[in-house]
Amino acid sequence: MTIGAVTVIVIHLVLAVLLSPVLIGVMRTTRARLEGRVGGGIRQPWRDLRKLLAKQPTRAPGSTPVLTLAPILLMASSLVLCALIPFVSTVALTSVPGDLFVVVGVLLLGTVALALLGLESGTAFGGMGSSRHMVIAALVEPTVLLSIYALSVPAGTSALAAIVRARLADPASLLNPASLLAIFALVVVVIAETGRLPVDNPSTHLELTMIHEAMILESGGRDLGWLELGSWLRLTALLGLVANLALPWGIAQDAAPLGLLVGVAAITGKLLLLGAALAAVEVFIAKLRLFRVPELLAGSFVLAFLSVSASYLVF
Amino acid sequence: MTPLGIAVPFVDAGLLAQLLLGALAILAAVTVTARWRSVAAGTAVVAAGLAAAATGIAALLGAQGSGLRIPIALTVTAPLDPLVLAPDRLGGLFMALAGVVVALAALFGIGYAHGPAASRTGWTAFAVFAVGMQVVPAATDAMTFLLAWELMAAGSTALLLADHASREPVRRASVWYAAMTHLSFLFLLAGFGVLAAAAGGTSWASIAAAGVTGPAATTAFVLLTAGFATKAGLVPMHVWLPRSHPEAPSHLSAAMSAAMVKMGVYGLLLLTLRLLPHGPRWWSLVLIALGAASALYGILQASVQSDLKRLLAYSTTENLGLTTTAIGVGLLLRESGQIPVADVALVAALLLAVSHAAFKSVLFLAAGSVLHATGERDLDRLGGLAARMPWTSGAFGIGALGAAALPVTSGFVAEWVLLQSLIHVPARSDRLLAIVIPITMGIVALTVGLGLLTFVKAYGIGFLARPRSTAAAAGHESGAAMRVALVVGAMLVIALGLVPGPVARALAGAVSAEGVATVGGAGLSLAAVQVVLNPVALTVLALVILVPLAAVNVVLARRYPRRDVELAWGGGGQRTGPRMEYNATSYSEPLVRVFRGPLQASQLVDVAYHDRAPLLIEQMTYTQETGDVVEERLYLPAARLGTRLGDLARTVQNGSIHRYVGFSFAALVLVLVLVAL
Repeated sequence: MTIGAVTVIVIHLVLAVLLSPVLIGVMRTTRARLEGRVGGGIRQPWRDLRKLLAKQPTRAPGSTPVLTLAPILLMASSLVLCALIPFVSTVALTSVPGDLFVVVGVLLLGTVALALLGLESGTAFGGMGSSRHMVIAALVEPTVLLSIYALSVPAGTSALAAIVRARLADPASLLNPASLLAIFALVVVVIAETGRLPVDNPSTHLELTMIHEAMILESGGRDLGWLELGSWLRLTALLGLVANLALPWGIAQDAAPLGLLVGVAAITGKLLLLGAALAAVEVFIAKLRLFRVPELLAGSFVLAFLSVSASYLVF
Repeated sequence: MTPLGIAVPFVDAGLLAQLLLGALAILAAVTVTARWRSVAAGTAVVAAGLAAAATGIAALLGAQGSGLRIPIALTVTAPLDPLVLAPDRLGGLFMALAGVVVALAALFGIGYAHGPAASRTGWTAFAVFAVGMQVVPAATDAMTFLLAWELMAAGSTALLLADHASREPVRRASVWYAAMTHLSFLFLLAGFGVLAAAAGGTSWASIAAAGVTGPAATTAFVLLTAGFATKAGLVPMHVWLPRSHPEAPSHLSAAMSAAMVKMGVYGLLLLTLRLLPHGPRWWSLVLIALGAASALYGILQASVQSDLKRLLAYSTTENLGLTTTAIGVGLLLRESGQIPVADVALVAALLLAVSHAAFKSVLFLAAGSVLHATGERDLDRLGGLAARMPWTSGAFGIGALGAAALPVTSGFVAEWVLLQSLIHVPARSDRLLAIVIPITMGIVALTVGLGLLTFVKAYGIGFLARPRSTAAAAGHESGAAMRVALVVGAMLVIALGLVPGPVARALAGAVSAEGVATVGGAGLSLAAVQVVLNPVALTVLALVILVPLAAVNVVLARRYPRRDVELAWGGGGQRTGPRMEYNATSYSEPLVRVFRGPLQASQLVDVAYHDRAPLLIEQMTYTQETGDVVEERLYLPAARLGTRLGDLARTVQNGSIHRYVGFSFAALVLVLVLVAL
């Protein structure tokens, strides 16, 4: 069991690192094509990453170790996320069963690393991005925990692998309103946590609107490379989570080679499709005004709350 | 505990040692010269704290004392049980908690105390406060409890007054503190009075045996809850916290915030688990509402504060609110017959109390270290301290991680257990649970989110980037005693988070909870909710992932080394000064916009134009103020009413001797009439 679980974790990590630049490439290309541009091609993120990792980062006099540590911490947080979320198989370590609250805790460590980096930069931009980022993270938190709550009620546990297994065993539950509401709330969470439209625009550098980019504005070279890869991995992990909760088919239930192969193919397909769909939707929506974002998040909170109540009172 | 023959005297000896060491500390404070006073008295208080920790842990693990009898003979006709000190398991836990915090705070105080706080009165007051606080949970009857409670209140009030001569806010804070702490005492006196009258005895055993019910129980519950909630700093009785914690010397703020307010939690547990264990459902709903309101309001206020110690004080209200919520949920579930999940919720309450004690003492002590080094506690004027004060900054960082409930700290474990107990409530059959629990969950979640923002702000603004004032730029690391206290505290925060299994097992004994087990030496397994949390395994997993990553990073760093550039700040140009940095006020501005109502926020932009060119702006001033809505709507009107009644009373007393003789005569007639009836 342990060897199987370790194999699965290694596959998750390798797959995530290989797949996340492709996912970003697909999303950017989809968007470019729909907007009538040629785009940089699917392999452009890989090339960017290679270029960044081979450049010298800079340091200002009087800066603290946070400058060096935050990018690594973000990477570590994203990689642990990828290890804990069942992408390919529902086999998990018995001592670290991929509990959803632990997953959220690890995710928040990455959020905090980014926010501290933004403050460490010591400029108005960095602080502004950090402040907005944390306000959104704070307001997203109720939705996150309530949707976890809603998902764990039918399964009777908050361990992710067990939730996915339970959903796979009972496909009818996928279409029940409580589950749909929870998934929809979770999608809003993923959009907010990964800084996609309409909460944040990942391709803007306009001071009035940027959040994520403002925090990493002062980073360069290797630091920026880690930050970019860390954010891509984060997006991959969270999209993979939503994909496997909404459509659990194809995921392996054990660590047998054939099942794992099918699982890898399934999650790759699901992720790329979901990414392309997300990018296609993003073409048609504009970024929300910053102070309208709390309304969106309040809406998603209401959905999550309804989902919990529904799972208790209706079903 | 096998050697019961040894264990029996151990608790008694420990209690006696605490009292003697406390007396020694007072003796040292009074007799030793100013130069060595802090070392002598501080060491004695540290020893008293450690004695309390050892005694408390022994009592928590099941050792029982034969009871230390206080030789006081009171000639009263009321039924009064003997005054005995003998901590039970729950009392042992809170005694240990108080002892550890006192030891850390006193150790820090050796290096920190100066001026009035290091005077004879200062150290005497600290010793009285410390011993009083440690003895509160050992009391086995209402009289002893109230005596110790008053020692604790008196000692802390005296030390809070330390800087009253030099700073005006200290005087105001002391008045608020003294008023609120005596309000709490009055509530308790009345509440215990009702219980003692109904039960016919003052000892816990006789009150519990009497099984008080009906209106007497309700009255006692309301009065005692009000009293304990005041001490715990719950909304709406929290107003003394954000005033007294910032103004007290930092070692006292740490002890007050990390340990003293916990006596309110101890009181609530004593009341609801031991004295009146079979209360109706609405009691637990009252506790949940009180706790949830405090948690949310406390953290909302904390997130917009820019005074570091005030921020920490409001965060105390939040944490005590979460603890009270957990107690309420536990009682609600007990009353509904869901004993296994109720036990998890009660263990969560104790874990929250213990972890808050650990991280809040570190945070207050680190704030004290910053204050000591820079003379500033305004975040808007701090910054850049991580490079100048690495120890303080590291300790504050770890404490902040704990306060933000991030893995793998004690705060994370505590909130994880609370969340697990909430999502595992079997609520399908019970409409009330199906409504109350999701709402509680939502409030707890928002609290967690805002807590994250608050502590990112406190650490990031206070310690990172560039100094915002010359005082912050001149900051220097604190002395050895203070550093040791900080490091030990920070290690406690991590250690409690890494080995939750044994910790939770020990705590479960205090509330006789079942189904809490240790897995893999350190991990925590909760049978009732069938989940496992093993922070050590999680850490190992993270390290296994981190090592190759770090190796790649080192290889890359060797090939492409970091360059020092003068112009790195500010998008490549040294055009921006530290004044351009985001500060604490601007950091929380978006939040103030979102929660404008409850924060009573007002912004003022003042623009001064140039004299000769009226289109050019010469200077702009931005002021943002937030108020405490409870204070403005509840306390100030009450204070105004008091003043008006006082004014009215003055018209009766016009100074004429004839009128006073008339009053005396009327009173005499009244007494005679009453006697005649």
